[in-house]
Amino acid sequence: MGHAYTPGLRVTARTLVRKRRLLPIHGQVLVEASARVEAQTVVARTELPGRVQTVNAINLLGITPEEIRDYMLVKPGDRVEKDQVLAENRPLISWFKTRVLSPIAGSVETVSEVTGQVLLREPPRPLELTAFMDGRVVEVLPREGVVVETAGAFIQGIFGIGGETWGRLAVAVDGPAQPLTADRVRPEHRGCIVVGGSFVGEDCFRRAREVGVAGLVAGGLHDADLKRLLGYDLGVAITGTERVGFTLVITEGFGQVPMARKTFDLFRSLEGRKASMSGATQIRAGVLRPEVIVPEAAGERAAEPEDGVARRGALREGELVRVIRDPFFGRLGRVRALPQELRPIASGTHCRVLEAEFDGGEVVVIPRANVEIIEG
Amino acid sequence: MTVPSADALNVVIATDCGSTTTKAILIERVDGVYRQTFRGEAPTTVERPFEDVTRGVLNAIAEVEELSGRRILDGERFITPARAGEGVDIFISTSSAGGGLQMMVAGAVKGMTAESAQRCALGAGAIVMDVMATNDGRMGHEKIERIRQLRPDMILLSGGTDGGTVTHVVELAEYIAAADPRPRLGTGFDLPVIFAGNRDARGRIQEILGPRTALTITDNLRPVLEREALGPARHRIHDLFLEHVMAQAPGYGKLMGWTGAPIMPTPMAVGDIMQTIARQRGINLIGVDIGGATTDVFSVFGGVFNRSVSANLGMSYSVSNVLAEAGLENVLRWVPFDIEEADLRNRIKNKMIRPTTIPQTLDELQIEQALCREALRLALDQHRSLATGLKGVQQERSIADAFEQTGTGRSLIDLAELDLIVGSGGVLSHAPLRSQSMLMMIDAYQPVGLTALSVDSIFMMPHLGVLASIHERAATEVFERDCMIYLGSCLAPSGPEGRARPGERVGAFEVRLPGGRVERGDMALGEVRLLSLASGEEAEVSFVPTRRFDAGAGRGERFNSRATGGVVGLVLDARGRPLLLPEERGERVRRLAEWNRALGLYPRAAGT
Repeated sequence: MGHAYTPGLRVTARTLVRKRRLLPIHGQVLVEASARVEAQTVVARTELPGRVQTVNAINLLGITPEEIRDYMLVKPGDRVEKDQVLAENRPLISWFKTRVLSPIAGSVETVSEVTGQVLLREPPRPLELTAFMDGRVVEVLPREGVVVETAGAFIQGIFGIGGETWGRLAVAVDGPAQPLTADRVRPEHRGCIVVGGSFVGEDCFRRAREVGVAGLVAGGLHDADLKRLLGYDLGVAITGTERVGFTLVITEGFGQVPMARKTFDLFRSLEGRKASMSGATQIRAGVLRPEVIVPEAAGERAAEPEDGVARRGALREGELVRVIRDPFFGRLGRVRALPQELRPIASGTHCRVLEAEFDGGEVVVIPRANVEIIEG
Repeated sequence: MTVPSADALNVVIATDCGSTTTKAILIERVDGVYRQTFRGEAPTTVERPFEDVTRGVLNAIAEVEELSGRRILDGERFITPARAGEGVDIFISTSSAGGGLQMMVAGAVKGMTAESAQRCALGAGAIVMDVMATNDGRMGHEKIERIRQLRPDMILLSGGTDGGTVTHVVELAEYIAAADPRPRLGTGFDLPVIFAGNRDARGRIQEILGPRTALTITDNLRPVLEREALGPARHRIHDLFLEHVMAQAPGYGKLMGWTGAPIMPTPMAVGDIMQTIARQRGINLIGVDIGGATTDVFSVFGGVFNRSVSANLGMSYSVSNVLAEAGLENVLRWVPFDIEEADLRNRIKNKMIRPTTIPQTLDELQIEQALCREALRLALDQHRSLATGLKGVQQERSIADAFEQTGTGRSLIDLAELDLIVGSGGVLSHAPLRSQSMLMMIDAYQPVGLTALSVDSIFMMPHLGVLASIHERAATEVFERDCMIYLGSCLAPSGPEGRARPGERVGAFEVRLPGGRVERGDMALGEVRLLSLASGEEAEVSFVPTRRFDAGAGRGERFNSRATGGVVGLVLDARGRPLLLPEERGERVRRLAEWNRALGLYPRAAGT
């Protein structure tokens, strides 16, 4: 295949972002097409079917399954309250009466004459879906949800944890190579998305929780700190449902890695703006990367947005690339040559490579699979 | 496209639609023998923005056209039959795109019908998302919640022997009905459910599940405790896979119209070719396909086929899980240099988040190969626990058995009886040196006695599995000539019995090589040797172990056999079984370097 390299993550100052906001099951859409929405606006609502509880009535009553209907006081479809009597026996001496009580409020689903089980269903649970980002509804998908569109900055991270959140952007370091330390997370960052430089670690996580930060963004983190934060060793990069008190996005990788200058400068230029962020990452076919979206305020700019589609063309000489694997992990260079033939590398394998020139003139050979294009 | 007669089959184009790449191979009859001649690949196009699998298929075939100079397509139409320079006689395909076939299985008792149902689904090529049983320790409501969350492609429900109890299986059906599960693909459709349990429960199951699911009833997969009958349910799974799952997946309707034989789930096709080979040669084998996300293990022992999927053991997407499951110490024991834990952890996570990167330096390669050993070992452990004899079976015991307390459900995997290991997947098929692949498999599996090892050159086993269903000879000829690369053989005595004594003598070997050359020598504990024995050659091997070791004929008994050669050769492995690694870090690193040197594993490494 011709494209043996990793397409770069998108980092762009202005693009058109569209989000499909879909309910997990059919429900009711609450907004109309072309309506303006804010991140916290509820755009659709549904009711998730209640959980089912099982009650082993025959064991409690000491009867056989075939007899169960004779003892039931309720039937399928009936509503029941918590501790309501579902079934009872009728002994000669009332002192020996056994009652089967409902463990929940809900309704009777089934009564089985084969297993003797009574299935009860809890009332449905309401689920509200927010717009996630400030913007405009461009499409209503009846009973399913909406498509929200906004023009603004779009920054993809490489890995994240935690769900959707939003808040004002605050850059808490002086440069992309500076780690975000706990003392830089201040009380005024409550509810903010705090941007650091090369690294975010355990002490900072603790501080972020104390302050009530909505999200943290930095270049890298140590896996050991992640393990302590989650309480387990993350095996597969499918995230987004963690509840650690804030959402976390890293832009470069594991270890202490300066944030790409372009990414950092963009965050700095957007400081104080409301941003929406999601840590959800899914590294499988159909990859999903975490993201930070900073919508433009209404009427702020009327110009056409940049091309919204990530470029996935072939590598070219002169292109700026970032190395994404050791031994040059995190370094930026320009492509000097793209030899066609397979070349041997230090591991002993033969692969397609490129020659890159780092700042300072150092020229190195790197497998093409180990770089990503810096876009824009 | 129809299946041509065996004689008229001269040119075959076959594709395997994987989750990321669609691979096409061209098979041609050359001088009366079937050979794989050209291959092409292209990104799979199941997901947005294309959402049509046939785009990737056409692109991959276009690459084959370019390389071979043979015109196969006229627009989107296959040119048939094959003529000089153009056309093919048949197009066949497998698929694991879009997550493959995802199933949930349920059975009355965990170790019995539920396990049989699991084996049945795995054999049909499915990823088993959950195994539910009345005695699995979960409360009823937990099971219902789980069924609802999973959204499988289909459910296989079993339980009860014919004429036995109906209560348990009806209970499971009630849970399924209460969960009202929706299929993963095609939200407007009912979920396919196969009932393959107690015949007497069919009426009840129909009442409970009939109105809510697309219910299919087939023969009981465990009609009596002593026998599994997985065939009918497996066939139904394949039918439903085509009717429901494939038909809902983007572009598959069109693809099904193109193929001359039913599309198979990729692992089912691999399983079929493994069974064909084992049957034809009368051997026991283990096959492994270690991918980025999952590792599939196939085995045929005594004619019994088994497959397992370790869903979260792999070399890229799941590499971090290998570390989590194996533990740091187990990974580090294979790394022939010192490395800090924090550094190793970060490197592994970086591979996980950028799964397409490759090791550039030797130490990065050695770390990946250490992880591979652990992934292979863990996947075989999981396979071993599934590939068992039937549990709960009454056995007739003789007086001799009374002294040997073996229960039912013993694993079928006996490494001393293993004849061949077939490895595939990038880390094995594309290792810089074949000797690295060979030692990775030897270290992970620790075969005992004499075992041949091979790798699949370009992972064409899926294609050959489907081909075997229409033309077995063509499939096996290509398998022998183009698919398999024989690495060689490994002779490894088991032992020592009792405590190991460093440097103790393991035994004496004599190897009669082609051309009359004879190699003789003594082996000490912890020693590895490599003798040259090329592909297509065989050697007479004789090993006389000392009394604490067994080379395959009993402790202290002379072992004679014939070893198959390969691109690496014959490895004499006296490191002990189980393999003995020094506990002290420095000594272990020194030992690993010594073994690597003996097999010429990393010629570029300083000092090795």
